Amino acid sequence: MPTTPPDGARPAWVPSERQRDRDAYRRTQTRRSTLVALVSTVVVAGLAVLGLVSSPGWPRVRQSFLDPDVAWASLPKIAEGLWLNVRVMAVCAVLIVVVAMLLALARTLRGPAFFPLRALATGYVDVFRGLPLILVLLLVGFGLPGLRLQGIPTSAVVLGGLALVLTYSAYVAEVFRAGIESVHPSQIASARSLGLTRGQTLRHVVLPQAWRRVVPPLLNDLVALSKDSGLISILGAVDAVRAAQIQTATYANFTPYVVAGVLFVLLTIPLTRFTDALARRSGWLGSQAGLAGAGAMR
Amino acid sequence: MRTARLIALAAASALALAACAPADKEPAASGSPAADGSLDTLTDGVLTIGTSDPGYEPWIVDNDPSTGKGFESAVAYAVAAELGFDADHVTWVPVTFDQIIAPGAKSFDVAINQVSISPERAENLDFSSSYYDTAQAVVTVEGSPVDDASSLADLRDARIGAMVGTTSLAVAQESIDPATDIQVFNDNDQVKQALQSGLVDAIVVDLPTALYITAAELDGGVLVGQLPAGDDPDQLGLVLDKGSALTGPVTDAVDALREDGTLADLEAEWLTDAAGAPVLK
Repeated sequence: MPTTPPDGARPAWVPSERQRDRDAYRRTQTRRSTLVALVSTVVVAGLAVLGLVSSPGWPRVRQSFLDPDVAWASLPKIAEGLWLNVRVMAVCAVLIVVVAMLLALARTLRGPAFFPLRALATGYVDVFRGLPLILVLLLVGFGLPGLRLQGIPTSAVVLGGLALVLTYSAYVAEVFRAGIESVHPSQIASARSLGLTRGQTLRHVVLPQAWRRVVPPLLNDLVALSKDSGLISILGAVDAVRAAQIQTATYANFTPYVVAGVLFVLLTIPLTRFTDALARRSGWLGSQAGLAGAGAMR
Repeated sequence: MRTARLIALAAASALALAACAPADKEPAASGSPAADGSLDTLTDGVLTIGTSDPGYEPWIVDNDPSTGKGFESAVAYAVAAELGFDADHVTWVPVTFDQIIAPGAKSFDVAINQVSISPERAENLDFSSSYYDTAQAVVTVEGSPVDDASSLADLRDARIGAMVGTTSLAVAQESIDPATDIQVFNDNDQVKQALQSGLVDAIVVDLPTALYITAAELDGGVLVGQLPAGDDPDQLGLVLDKGSALTGPVTDAVDALREDGTLADLEAEWLTDAAGAPVLK
């Protein structure tokens, strides 16, 4: 029964008895679901672990893949290698976004005068998206310095980074192009009818909308890049995976690979959460949930 | 009842998991060495030997270990003969280093691939006794900044390359301790390629490989010298699965070959005389 506050203002809203019952019922159902999910997870995990540890090779596998002493001994070297991965990834990511954006813009230019630029950008994307990264790395890494020209870098990290930028900018250019072309033509028509020039339309109307749409696939490419940054190890640089390989060979024990794997996952999870948080703050993520009739998708 | 069905399903899954788990092979008692199946090999009466693909000279000639040409190929056949397997009862399988050290069922009875014996590795692998003691050596090409190096100190500022997971890498780090990180490559082909491209100034490989590539493979190759071995020399052993019943017989065979001079003969036949490669100080 709503009570009237002493100052005589309108009574505060209190849910009806039926609403409270409904809420209570929903809470019970939620608790029940959580409990069932918990029990089923424990049972499945327990069965998996049981199956694993009861296999006859388990003691050997545990010794070879999960040796705490080897893990601890190999951790510093692997972490040092991971720091190289992080630096390569950060520098390359910036370069890739710039090059890819230029490529995407070149491909979306209209007008016959721009044909050579369009053709060049298309050819670049076709070639470098088609070439396996490892081939680009080997060709750039061993081929360029082999020319013995002045000014060609001979550092494995620089050459490897160059190969990564060449390959990844081709992928990312296509992501950008898809984003740009997904902006509805009416947006461009409206902007132009408001008197914006082509350049202004691109800068103020098309690119901001395209950018929002390409953030999730860009994050995918960034995570892929973080792992592929290790491929520069074939040119001699010692990254986390290569450091783990060296430790594995030293101990004839695979634990260092597991350590490197855990570190990589620990690296990418915060990356995902960070992007999600960024998107949420900018109002991109979950913005559909506020729409009438959208609701939570189940 | 739903729950009962779930439990039944779970039990069935557990059974299925247990059923697909392979049982460990019981090691048979090792009898007299012979190709009649008395030794517990993967295939009865046949000795399966693992080595890397490609195999490099002077260890394996023309990447074909079955010819018996090359030092390791010859040693493998000598060991097999000692165990009672003639050449027709030896088969070769290509294996990577990771496959050699993996804990699961092995695809070979013994592996011969310039694997150095170390206490850390012996925790997870069985080794025969050493069939060859080697040193590590520094190789460069004419025109490189260190082509006239004559001491370890001369090499400190050089960019050094080595193959991943090798003793070469460990010894190079230890004795040269270069100012820049050692660059690490997948295989000795890439190590050589890096030297020729100028990615590195010098490379470290085992001495027989160094002698071979300087003489036969590199344009203007220069053997700078051997690296000091440190406290214990680098010993190559045949690798067997941990706890393999063959470890004893194979070790006995290698010991016998060393004592009767066969190993020394094979060294003389396949490996260049190391004289003329000064030890760097």
